Amino acid sequence: MDTALFEFCLRMGDNTLVLGHRVSEWCGHAPVLEEDIALANTALDLIGQTQFWLGLAGEVEGKGRDADTLAFRRDAWDFRSVLLVEQPNGDFGQTMMRQFLFDAWQSLMLDRLKDSSDVRVKAIAEKASKEVAYHLDRSRDTVVGLGDGTAESHSRMQAALDKLYPYVGELFGADEIDAEIAERGIAPLPADLRGAYDALIADIMAEATLTIPDSRWTHTGGRDGTRHSEHLGHMLTEMQWLQRAYPDARW
Amino acid sequence: MTRATIDEVWAWLAEVPDPEIPAISLVDLGIIRAVDWDGDTLAVTVTPTYSGCPATSLINFEIERALREHGVEKIALKRQISPPWTTDWLSEEGRAKLEAYGIAPPQPAGGPDKCPHCGGTNVERISQFGSTPCKAQWRCKDCLEPFDYFKCI
Repeated sequence: MDTALFEFCLRMGDNTLVLGHRVSEWCGHAPVLEEDIALANTALDLIGQTQFWLGLAGEVEGKGRDADTLAFRRDAWDFRSVLLVEQPNGDFGQTMMRQFLFDAWQSLMLDRLKDSSDVRVKAIAEKASKEVAYHLDRSRDTVVGLGDGTAESHSRMQAALDKLYPYVGELFGADEIDAEIAERGIAPLPADLRGAYDALIADIMAEATLTIPDSRWTHTGGRDGTRHSEHLGHMLTEMQWLQRAYPDARW
Repeated sequence: MTRATIDEVWAWLAEVPDPEIPAISLVDLGIIRAVDWDGDTLAVTVTPTYSGCPATSLINFEIERALREHGVEKIALKRQISPPWTTDWLSEEGRAKLEAYGIAPPQPAGGPDKCPHCGGTNVERISQFGSTPCKAQWRCKDCLEPFDYFKCI
């Protein structure tokens, strides 16, 4: 089995799966109808992308597991999502800050994956990058609008950035899997995206009148599955409830 | 039965409405990428509009049903994601049908050029997203009606 490619697909697909589920938790609860619809649509795109990534992961693994099996029949320690995406929604501002910090990374990553040496990875990136460009437009506008908004919205956005920024560094982690994937031309080294990411974040935060924390210290343990936060397990009990209660259920 | 010609199959598929926007057909939408006979199996290649579009499985079901009604027994549906779907593949006829139905067709400028109801050009965006993944919500400041805009991707 091509372990590195399998792990890479899980990292991509688990990020979109966990964030997609988190965002879907807003369905019916957003502050206004338009935002509710926008969040639901974003979640839908992310879940759709998950089907591609986890579908490919299952194909690479070759043990007959499909995207659904990987999504619903693994426990927390088998997930390869970064800690950022499993953080709880908090208020609307925190949700949109998390979305922006992720969208900025995902759009840069997918742009590079359009040149992947693996045609399947390349095809998914071509498809997903169009959707993600749209997500980024929206999350960026919302972060700027709320950051440079009222005193209340500004302070909430600053609190969201202070809370979430210590999770950003994990997106640029590097281990043997990253090294092998980069060596084979499948994806760039995550660290190579950091410069462009920092520039983008700096621009938008300046526009949003928000201050990026000085420290680059980062929580880690999601993308290698060694130390997920307690939030992921709670999320999975809800997300996987049906498949856990009724294994092999069909409808 | 004798094998239908490829043109006949395209004509049948042009009669299958999109489940979310029944004003246009699957062919108008540009998601049917190829139709080929492989022996006695009819292969239809379909590309999704958006990765998570919930209509995708229903679309496959509708294609299969339409072809069976026309007597095709062996059908192979293939999913193709590259090159990715673009609104450039909407047919001219499809664009006109959308507008007549009250949905502003996609524009390269990124927003509708006019209100599909009154034709007024004084329009503004309400939300980047709408009732389906492929649409955004806009409103006309002339006739004051909200309307869907088919996103340009």
